[in-house]
Amino acid sequence: MDVKRIREDFPMLKVKSKKGYDLIYFDNAATAFKPYSVIDAVTKYYTNYSVNAHRGDYELGFTVDTLYEEARERVAKFINCEKKEVVFTTGASFGLNQVAYGYAGKHLQPGDVILTDEAEHASNYLPWMNIAEAKGAKLEFIPLDDNGMITPEQVEKMMSNKVKIIAIAHVTNVLGAEIDIKEISRIAHEHGAIIVVDGAQSAPHMKVDMKDLDCDFFAFSGHKLCGSTGVGVLYGKYELLEDMEPMLLGGGSNARYDMCGNILMKNPPYKFEPGTPPIEATLGMKAAIDYIDAIGMDTIYTYEHELRDYMLKKMQSELDNVEIYNADVESSIITFNIKDVFSQDAATYFSDKGISLRSGQHCAKLLMDVLQTPSTLRASLAFYNTKEEVDHFIEVCKSINKESMLDVFF
Amino acid sequence: MSSMMNDPMILRQIIMDHGQNPRNHELSKDPEYKEKHMASDSCIDDIHVQAKIKDGKIDDVRFDGVACTISTSSTSIMSELLIGKTIEEAREIIKNYRAMIDEKPYDEDLLEEAIAFQNVGKQANRIHCATIGWDGMEALIDESEENHD
Repeated sequence: MDVKRIREDFPMLKVKSKKGYDLIYFDNAATAFKPYSVIDAVTKYYTNYSVNAHRGDYELGFTVDTLYEEARERVAKFINCEKKEVVFTTGASFGLNQVAYGYAGKHLQPGDVILTDEAEHASNYLPWMNIAEAKGAKLEFIPLDDNGMITPEQVEKMMSNKVKIIAIAHVTNVLGAEIDIKEISRIAHEHGAIIVVDGAQSAPHMKVDMKDLDCDFFAFSGHKLCGSTGVGVLYGKYELLEDMEPMLLGGGSNARYDMCGNILMKNPPYKFEPGTPPIEATLGMKAAIDYIDAIGMDTIYTYEHELRDYMLKKMQSELDNVEIYNADVESSIITFNIKDVFSQDAATYFSDKGISLRSGQHCAKLLMDVLQTPSTLRASLAFYNTKEEVDHFIEVCKSINKESMLDVFF
Repeated sequence: MSSMMNDPMILRQIIMDHGQNPRNHELSKDPEYKEKHMASDSCIDDIHVQAKIKDGKIDDVRFDGVACTISTSSTSIMSELLIGKTIEEAREIIKNYRAMIDEKPYDEDLLEEAIAFQNVGKQANRIHCATIGWDGMEALIDESEENHD
């Protein structure tokens, strides 16, 4: 993989910080930069065929409709499923909410159990908390092991005939731990439960294959995989999509309705897509998938993990002022703190040196009790990051302490 | 104002000192104290500010919680600055502190150690850290006056 050449594709990598530093972007778990091909796909829509999809009685409408459905086809190929199993959403959060309210909301009975865990992003926890309460169901937590992992063994122990839904991340967003979804799916199905997977952190960094994972629902966002913001995907096994109520109703998702209150919904995926979608973003996401597949997901995975190993080893061997929380986890993320420096104070210092990384709880507030720290720093890598950037990061880490972190204020 | 307070090293020491050894950093159970929970929605700063205000005078200020150095330190300094002041005096100090943060003219003699935060405005994403405790205190003063009326 030629990182130097790849970096040329990303205009954001040419941006300088206020003080003139090259931008070092280590917040890829939050969102990823976009290559020119994605930006072009977006502007091409607005420039050349800026009309609505789905309802074209004219040439341009037909063009857009075709492109839009090609994007669906492309996503299906990307995650290995049927085209009709791809629901376009606004992002992973919407997808997970749709399953919680539209599927669990329809099927859960009082006393039923939803299994989740303390490492989940708010988007894969709060909807379940809410729907459990509304339905008189119970939320139970799969214990994390010492590395913050969820193992199939632990899931197995939690199973009972009351468990109807398992809601977990494929890759957790704070520690970057990769969870064995395939095996957990098998366990879920053995006990008659379904599994809902938050794929926001896995889809951008590793091959995700719906047939292989055999999960029931899988949600991810376009913007984390170098696509546009505002669009995402909810995969669902078709019979489950048919058995799920749409969270939103409106134009485009119904076939007909009358004044007696009868509504005939379209079939999935269309019944979940009322209103005009972000067409340009959807076409942008398709371009992003094309871009990523051209590099190769396996190549990306290997590169990111090697870079992460390089960074981890350097931090462990050259720095004595850091505490690392996920050293033993296979990941493209490093979760850490600078000793004696509160995470947000450290993030400001890093920012002043041109390095963007995240501080806080990363939308996983429950996990902080497990890590026993109120907050952390998170450096999350992408395939366009380099060893040189890591080297600069290490030098900045060396210079930060409880006194120097105030430099930025003087 | 002494020239010492123009020395960045001194100002830095002030922030560190209050960040590491915050004053009045324990909540009271006395019902005469009124309390505000100040939880930032943009970061994890999550503090409780208490004040005992009687007859138009601030008898005591306390705070506690999880917060970064900037918010811990600025709240600690605020507490020392406002204890013993009348509400009018406190409002004047708060007004000048806000002016300083907004990079507008202010009376530095009124602000004493709080002038250590004179450059926070240049780090726009940290302004909230330097004002969260002050916001809580101002809300407590507002409430004390409402209740008084």
